[in-house]
Amino acid sequence: MSFNNFIQNLLNGISIGSLYALIAVGYTMVYGILKLINFAHGDVFMMAVYFCFYAVTLFTVPWWLSVIIAVAGAALLGFLIDRVAYKPIRNAPRISALITAIGVSFFLESLAVVLFSGVAKSFRKVFPSFLGEMIIIGGEEQVKYGQNVIVGGTRIPVITIITIITTAAVLLILWRIVYHTKQGMAMRAVSMDIPTTSLMGVNVNNIIGMTFALGSALAGIGGILWAIRYPQLWPYMGFLPGIKAFIAAILGGIGSIFGAVVGGLILGVLEIMIVGFFPSLAGYKDAFAFLILIVVLSVKPSGLMGQKEIKKV
Amino acid sequence: MIKLNKKTQFFLTIIFIAVIILLLFTAKENLNSYIVRIITLIGIYGIMSVSLNLINGVSGVLSLGHAGFIAVGAYISSLLTMSIYQKEAIFIIQKVIWPFNSIEMPFLFATIIGGIVAAIFAFLVGWPSLRLSGDYFAITTLGFAEIIRILALNLTSVTNGALGLKSIPSYTNIWWAWGWLLVTVIVIASYVNGTFGRALRAIREDKIAAASMGINVYKHQLITFVLGGFFAGISGSLYAHWLTTIDPRTNTIGIMLTFNILIMVLIGGLGSISGAIIGAGLFAILSEVLRFFEEPIKIFNFEIAGISGMRMLIFSALFVLIMILRPKGILGRKEITWNNVFSLFHRKGDK
Repeated sequence: MSFNNFIQNLLNGISIGSLYALIAVGYTMVYGILKLINFAHGDVFMMAVYFCFYAVTLFTVPWWLSVIIAVAGAALLGFLIDRVAYKPIRNAPRISALITAIGVSFFLESLAVVLFSGVAKSFRKVFPSFLGEMIIIGGEEQVKYGQNVIVGGTRIPVITIITIITTAAVLLILWRIVYHTKQGMAMRAVSMDIPTTSLMGVNVNNIIGMTFALGSALAGIGGILWAIRYPQLWPYMGFLPGIKAFIAAILGGIGSIFGAVVGGLILGVLEIMIVGFFPSLAGYKDAFAFLILIVVLSVKPSGLMGQKEIKKV
Repeated sequence: MIKLNKKTQFFLTIIFIAVIILLLFTAKENLNSYIVRIITLIGIYGIMSVSLNLINGVSGVLSLGHAGFIAVGAYISSLLTMSIYQKEAIFIIQKVIWPFNSIEMPFLFATIIGGIVAAIFAFLVGWPSLRLSGDYFAITTLGFAEIIRILALNLTSVTNGALGLKSIPSYTNIWWAWGWLLVTVIVIASYVNGTFGRALRAIREDKIAAASMGINVYKHQLITFVLGGFFAGISGSLYAHWLTTIDPRTNTIGIMLTFNILIMVLIGGLGSISGAIIGAGLFAILSEVLRFFEEPIKIFNFEIAGISGMRMLIFSALFVLIMILRPKGILGRKEITWNNVFSLFHRKGDK
């Protein structure tokens, strides 16, 4: 692999990784509080893209407004999922909560099939075209077939840069919310001990709802960036990114927001690099994450940054 | 509560099975082929849900990889039953690899081999992942099922890649499906009601307490998982020879199938074998009845187009509602036994 290729792959990896990170943060926040794998998280991601798509194509709002609508819609959806499906079974055994989460995910996918049809839709032309262009660094200009073409050089899609910058900004805001506001403090308290926190006068259900909303908004942003990069949307598009982001959260240490970001970046870069170095394995790209999962869980189940859980009998 | 002695119960069971066989025979002779096909499907679904119920309901871990084992059983058995010429005809991208290109065997043996290979896969998956705690196990098995699907798409010389397998001989009839269901129920019921089953129930209720009583939790769960995988493979073989095609791209062998089996188990009640069969029957019948929503309806001269995907929406809503309103399903962990049935009548008689 040439140096140019390496840089290209690295940047692509970081940008895919930051998308995984955005989704993984939502998983890890919910898991930190409820000890629940919110399977529906990947489907919130999918729904947000559909919101954005229909806001632009059906209601012809400007694209920047559609992003706001989609993110707000995702947050609302996350909040509703918690209220309708998870709140009634808060005290049920963990396995029932997990099964319910699977059911909710299944429900959202079927709902998308019914509402938006199962046929894949193109996300091109929803956003201004400069997002699909390439930045070319270096390379030499040559005349081929009567046209000026740039050969060689490092090619970086504009969306890659935008993804990385957006993710950094969003995570910074999240960090401010979680560590520098009262609500954030309540969220951290709830993740440590729910009964004690509620005794301190914190409305635990509202805080949990807020966590869902926040995580879902992040998934929504991730979903839109994802759809600009891979401009095809269909009801099951959230499944694989969702599962991979969850693996990223485990890799980083579930419950830790910083860990989720690190895990997402590692997973994204690894995935792109393995295909970059061994192109013949490209078909198996989606299987790597699961191999990483099995390795992490058997070597260090608490992940890179997670705290080891000590269970009292 | 009535307690019948073992001999009477055995006798009643034999009569019950005979009645079922008679009913199936009448159904096969008199009903149209569409309904007979659905009855066959109920048998296949029954095997799937009883085997998933063994893993999820009895041993107390949540496996989401059932579709993976079903896929393994389906591919292996179909490759074994298809004639050599057929395989040559459909493998157009790459030739099929050695053992399959020169082998053709009867359905029964192919099904058993499919089950055994699925059981080997179950062992390979369960061996590392059953050491993990509940949630992680669920996600690992889900990942495994996805890996199987990815392998099916990419190992072109074994699975024919994205083209899938076509024109699989349609061997599965009502007798194969219900016969295997009978075998499954007998094996799993005697397994669950024996010493092993008691240990499993102890593990389900409290892992740590069971371990401190000297039960090897890991070994028990692994054996259960492998047994569940074996019957999933069997059902996969029957399913493939019922559908006569396997398509790795759509959701025939993907996560959707696991969802569907999970619904069947939940309807009947997690932890109950008879519940799992009832769930399978209800699921198969409901999904035929609900086709109504997906077909165009004609009212006077207006035609209302059917809404595709409506069935799955109803099922998934049902799934969530069951979990919220009645998490134990129809039967909970109870079984339909002769004692229970007679007690029911007895109580009514008393009034």
